[in-house]
Amino acid sequence: MSAEDMQRATWRMAHEIIERNHGLDDVVLVGLQTGGVPLAGRLAGALHQIEGINVPVGCVDVAFYRDDIGLRPVLPEAVTDIPVELTGRSVVLVDDVLFTGRTIRAALDALTDHGRARQVQLAVMIDRGHRELPIRPDFVGKNLPTRRDEAVDVHEDGVDLGEMVK
Amino acid sequence: MTRPAPASHRHGALRNLLGIADLGPDIAAGIAEVMRLTDSFVEVSERAIPKVPALRGRTVVSLFFEDSTRTRLSFETAAKRLSADTMNFSVSTSSVKKGESLRDTIETIEAMGVDAIVVRHASAGVPRQIAHWASSAVINAGDGWHEHPTQALLDCYTIRQHLGELSGRHITIVGDIKHSRVARSNIAAFTALGADVTVVAPPTLLPPSLEGWPVKVAHDLDAVLPGTDVCYLLRMQRERMTEALIPSLREYTARYGLTEERADRLAEHALIMHPGPMNRGVEIAADVAERPNAVIVDQVRNGVAVRMAVLFLLLGSGTEWGGEPDA
Amino acid sequence: MTPTGRIIRGGRVIDRDGERVADVAIAPDGVILAVGVDLDPAALGLADPELLDAAGCVVAPGLVDIHTHLREPGREEAETVETGSRAAALGGYTAVVAMPNTEPTIDSVGVVRQVLDAGVAAGICDVRVAGAITIDRKGEALAPLAEMAELGVRMFTDDGCGVQDDRLMRRALEYASGLPVPVTLAQHCEVEVLSEGGHMHEGEWSSRLGIPGIPAEAEELMVFRDIALARLTGARVHLQHLSTAGSVQLVREAKAKGLPVTAEATPHHFTLTHAEVASYDPVFKVNPPLRTEADVAAVRAGLVDGTIDAIATDHAPHTSDLKEAPFDHAPCGMLGLETALALGITELVEPGLLSLAELLALMSWQPAAIAGIEAVHGRPIAAGEPAHLVVFDPTQPWTVDPTALASRSSNTPYAGREVRGRVRHTLLCGVPMVRDGKAQR
Repeated sequence: MSAEDMQRATWRMAHEIIERNHGLDDVVLVGLQTGGVPLAGRLAGALHQIEGINVPVGCVDVAFYRDDIGLRPVLPEAVTDIPVELTGRSVVLVDDVLFTGRTIRAALDALTDHGRARQVQLAVMIDRGHRELPIRPDFVGKNLPTRRDEAVDVHEDGVDLGEMVK
Repeated sequence: MTRPAPASHRHGALRNLLGIADLGPDIAAGIAEVMRLTDSFVEVSERAIPKVPALRGRTVVSLFFEDSTRTRLSFETAAKRLSADTMNFSVSTSSVKKGESLRDTIETIEAMGVDAIVVRHASAGVPRQIAHWASSAVINAGDGWHEHPTQALLDCYTIRQHLGELSGRHITIVGDIKHSRVARSNIAAFTALGADVTVVAPPTLLPPSLEGWPVKVAHDLDAVLPGTDVCYLLRMQRERMTEALIPSLREYTARYGLTEERADRLAEHALIMHPGPMNRGVEIAADVAERPNAVIVDQVRNGVAVRMAVLFLLLGSGTEWGGEPDA
Repeated sequence: MTPTGRIIRGGRVIDRDGERVADVAIAPDGVILAVGVDLDPAALGLADPELLDAAGCVVAPGLVDIHTHLREPGREEAETVETGSRAAALGGYTAVVAMPNTEPTIDSVGVVRQVLDAGVAAGICDVRVAGAITIDRKGEALAPLAEMAELGVRMFTDDGCGVQDDRLMRRALEYASGLPVPVTLAQHCEVEVLSEGGHMHEGEWSSRLGIPGIPAEAEELMVFRDIALARLTGARVHLQHLSTAGSVQLVREAKAKGLPVTAEATPHHFTLTHAEVASYDPVFKVNPPLRTEADVAAVRAGLVDGTIDAIATDHAPHTSDLKEAPFDHAPCGMLGLETALALGITELVEPGLLSLAELLALMSWQPAAIAGIEAVHGRPIAAGEPAHLVVFDPTQPWTVDPTALASRSSNTPYAGREVRGRVRHTLLCGVPMVRDGKAQR
């Protein structure tokens, strides 16, 4: 996936978000540390260009909510920052890659601690499959079939597929 | 019979926090790691529901052989905000009073299945002894005159919060250095972060030897105050008078107390700190503690987040200390 | 089995008269029959003697420890006269002087007799007794020195603490010098108002570790006082377990003036320093405390130049529950009997500070003289002398294992330490109490 492909996908996802929510009233974007944060920023930019509205953008670090604490190294990457009260809002969680779904599960728990959102939607740039929990994305940049042991790297210039570093 | 020490079950990880040196080999990097994690827990503490599930199912026991409601509450609050279960082993009503040995007490507690033991004891070295026998993580919550590492970490955090990095800052620690675990931990932590530490006390309240201590010594508080960025006051205990270490509290206050006049001589940005509980009117004048640059309440507040960070590092992070994490 | 005598074959005999390679033949009654090269049993009238191999070994007069805590009566869970005697024999000792800080204190004829009888009953080592100088070691009133001397007590001490009262100590020295037999008053030098509350040497490490310290001066002031009292009274004073450079220098100067002063030092004070306490393991808690590198060097120098007359173990057993207490609650003391000879060899002989003969002087005949038992122990190895002997291999390496010690306690500070020099046989009255490194009873 090239940088241009990614930009087109972002643009399309922005449109879908507006469509699904009948506008941007009460919509909040929350990027997951670390990969979801730049994507949330780009989505916010696209939403602004389309609707002329600045939606609030937050970020959440799910380290303290993971289900593998103590099993492998888990440390937060950054401080969680939710700029608005989430109760009654439509929250769009944003991440770069959707894989097992466990990070999203942790993020849903984390969001709960910041209020009772009216609904939570999920936007991801890449859905690579191999879900381990009943979680599905609402907005997808690209479905990318992978092997379990492959690594997916989303960065500014596009998406790379490589071997998982062991 | 000699019982063998249990093998370390989490080799390579930060296993215990007995003193500041445990944050090494690069102590500055270790403290920075705790500070970074503390930032996250400060955010957690400010939420409407200041609690995360990180240590669900873990048990933290506080084993206080010496009363310290403040420190015990701070640790228990930290553990609860991490969703750990907490147990309080009350020494005054326990078998310890009936002559049970320290080692038997520890083995009894461990048999109940605990993950961390927070120890406060009037005797130096007890946390180290316990760590030798226990397989759970041991956190020193103050041992005799020796160390109080989480106090030092929360002090570092509080200073950083107000003044930025500690490197190059002039920190003056005033009072009973000799009998102070807070002083020993703080000197180790402050100097590791590159601060310039001066201790001010009458010679009777200094340790018998300062060999190997990276500090300057002064006996005249007034001379060092103008260049001080942090004026850290230690609690002056009344029993020191009966040990002929000082003639009277009045004389101590006159020479070493942070009076109004002395506080006026501090630079505007300079912080006034105290580990508590304060003897107002002795080491610190009553109103000085209320000045805007007195950050004593911040110290207490940060204490919970710092202890959350320490508990999470020991029990939750799985981080290899001083090395890269396992992939 | 009827004893038919024994021959110790092929050892290097070292005693106060020198060194030679020789066999030692021992008559069935425990007296040395002959000393010579390739002794012929038949020519000596020994029909079928037991042969004890001493190849590669030193044969020496049995070691004498003038500072042993046997804990009986009162603390039999830590050590008994019997277990302590066995530990002594395994360490190469044929005589020990039991310290009086038992419960009750050895301050009366009754308790003296009890301990002496227990020693005879065990029959493993010649157990002698030191009586207390003052009643219950309280430093208030003189104990019945003459009555105890009548039972053979030749040494008196309040060990565990020093006699604090200057005048009382003066009286004790004066009184003791008038007894019908020569006795020695021995002092644990510690001025309590300076040491009180302390648990280790006061200095760099106590400051760092936050443990209250005991200054060197607490010992040195009493050394100074007792030297002055020796001068004043003309009575003999023996200074126990010197641990500081200042103490060694005071004794050196006193001896240069010809004052009747003797002194001892322990293996731990010439081996270990206060840095060991960094582990907070109370096994390193001892009184006087482990001192600095400079003090260790001074004690070694004192052993080399004759300022210090004896190596004494201050063998002080404690049960593990007492030693698994916080450092400042744990009792003072460490085991010594089974490691002293090896530490002397490893720390003093191998680095070239002392010859083996000089080490043996410090561990056998010189302490025997201080304890007043020189007529029986530390004797030359010659025909007609009692066969209290030790045979040891000075080069054999071994590792100290607390669980393998014969003492009832295991509080050795040398766990895991590799040392050289191991006892092969210890003979009391010609009978092997230790044979091939194994206790025989």
